[in-house]
Amino acid sequence: MGEDRRDSLFKQLSDGLREYYVSPYRRSFARLKRDEEDLFMLLVFAETLGVPNPASWYTMELMPVLYERFHDWHRRMGMEHSPLDHLRCC
Amino acid sequence: MSAITLLLAGLGMIIAGYLFYSKFIAERIYRLDPDFRTPAHEFRDGVDFVPTNKYILWGHHFTSVAGAAPIVGPAIAVIWGWGPAFAWVIFGTIFFAGVHDFGALWASVRNKGKSIGTLTGNVIGARARNLFLVVIFLLLLMVNAAFAVVIANLLVSTPTAVIPTWGAILVALVIGQMIYRYKMSLLWTSIIGVVALYALIFIGNSAPIVLPETMFGLPPRSQWILLLFIYASIASILPVWVLLQPRDYINGLQLFLGLGLLYVAVLIAAPDVVAPAFNDNVPAGTPSLIPLLFVTIACGAISGFHGLVASGTTSKQLDKETDARIVGYGGAVGEGMLALAAILCTTAGFATLVDWETMYSRFGAGGVVAFVRGGDAILMAGYGVPEQLGATMLATMAILFAATTMDTGLRLQRYVIQEAAELGGFRVNVVVSTLVAVGCCLALAFGAGADGAGGMIIWPLFGTTNQLLAGLTLSIVSVMLIRQGRPAWFTALPLAFLLTMSVYALLVQLGQFYQQKNWLLLVMDIIILIAALWVALEAAIAMSRGAKGKVPVQQRG
Repeated sequence: MGEDRRDSLFKQLSDGLREYYVSPYRRSFARLKRDEEDLFMLLVFAETLGVPNPASWYTMELMPVLYERFHDWHRRMGMEHSPLDHLRCC
Repeated sequence: MSAITLLLAGLGMIIAGYLFYSKFIAERIYRLDPDFRTPAHEFRDGVDFVPTNKYILWGHHFTSVAGAAPIVGPAIAVIWGWGPAFAWVIFGTIFFAGVHDFGALWASVRNKGKSIGTLTGNVIGARARNLFLVVIFLLLLMVNAAFAVVIANLLVSTPTAVIPTWGAILVALVIGQMIYRYKMSLLWTSIIGVVALYALIFIGNSAPIVLPETMFGLPPRSQWILLLFIYASIASILPVWVLLQPRDYINGLQLFLGLGLLYVAVLIAAPDVVAPAFNDNVPAGTPSLIPLLFVTIACGAISGFHGLVASGTTSKQLDKETDARIVGYGGAVGEGMLALAAILCTTAGFATLVDWETMYSRFGAGGVVAFVRGGDAILMAGYGVPEQLGATMLATMAILFAATTMDTGLRLQRYVIQEAAELGGFRVNVVVSTLVAVGCCLALAFGAGADGAGGMIIWPLFGTTNQLLAGLTLSIVSVMLIRQGRPAWFTALPLAFLLTMSVYALLVQLGQFYQQKNWLLLVMDIIILIAALWVALEAAIAMSRGAKGKVPVQQRG
């Protein structure tokens, strides 16, 4: 019983410290993750944008999965409208 | 007089301020509502908007706002005697800083967690928003230049701090890896980190490192300034989790630890305050107390930077609106305590009045070096630690705070430059924008005074700019209060006082720089003066419009 409580106190303290460590940087991490995903997006859509991509056989399969995010992506990349003729998201 | 009296009186007043004045402000002026749905809940996204335990949030807010500035300011200002500095820190914390930080938090929470920059645009107008950007850029520029000089001075005066200062970078790098790569428990990592830092302090204490007399024709202080900017440029480009995040974390722990050690040491050692209450015998060239006191101590009495933190990140994590009192006002209380510790060290840490006067031989001479010397004496008397060990510890603490601020400051400046360049149709990469930022800071540190002493001359200018930012925040809060038909005296009076003192101080310094033919600072002074008058004008217009109830809140950007 005593051991349990000490364990949970230890865990609470550690969790509190972790929260204190992580929370001010959540935004930076989210941004980094987004940048990484944007690059991945570029790789997947490389062939359709006219950039030769040796792995297009594999990336093509992923395109439907990424369509949902396509609109946000092209806007973030500074293109007001979709750069692809066959993909009219806006 | 015993330092304990001063400590208890100061602490007692600040705590009374928290218990009574902040309660009054919370209930009658800001009228906090426990049922209000805060942005943290309304826009909860697990990234920016996360409801956070109020004590953790307070810890964050306090450690992000408290750094080297609340030590440097009071440590310079005690040259007029302990009385004025003490009074301004205590009353500033209670009636200015507390209300301001609390108000910034409240204003942001009531406006969807928007930052002060955006609120300036919305509440006061688009013109004021540009003004805000100008003030921010000046502030970052000056803080980087001033802090580089502060650190360099400390490294020269306390060579034992060299090893722990640079070794702390290694400790931070290792801690970052331990947490993210090896997923170690934070409690153990923290203990290991703190122990490693103190081990470095012990090692450094017996192995001082002094730079050569001249290198490329530069004295040691200039060499350090250059090295620091090289460090800061590299650090500001690294991903945050590698260095900045663990460094910030260790600094936070170190802040609590150092503050506790100092207060307890004062209580045990009970040193006498040797400095006069009012110094009638100030060294030649010391500017007049009014208005310079009020811009020399910015952080510790009132600082606009707190509003940025409060509205930028803290407001998005506030669980309940009523938590704003402990987080906002409480953060200012913490900072006031740090400033009070700086006053105690710089006035009671010297054996005799003559020693003290030797240290404060001219305006800007004492500063943080006096804090380290005085604090050393107090720690030695309190705990019986060997001589110089306390100095090494305090110098390391102050340097770590200042260095992290430089890292963050340079990072932010880079964003500002990139944004400005994009407005002009350029695209600059990370390296170029960092180099431009560093170039500006170096020009200021060296251009304002030979061998890099310029950093200290600009300290009061830095304080003034900081106060202007606080002025902008206070006017936003006042306008909001006026629109809701509540009394705005509690924010408008500090605002009026602040702007009067800032403009007055700028005029006094304008004369000084003109006499010294310091054209760089003269130009900066004029720019800040224009910004100050502009802030005053915008605030007056916005408030009178608000009083007539004509113009609704403009929704922009």
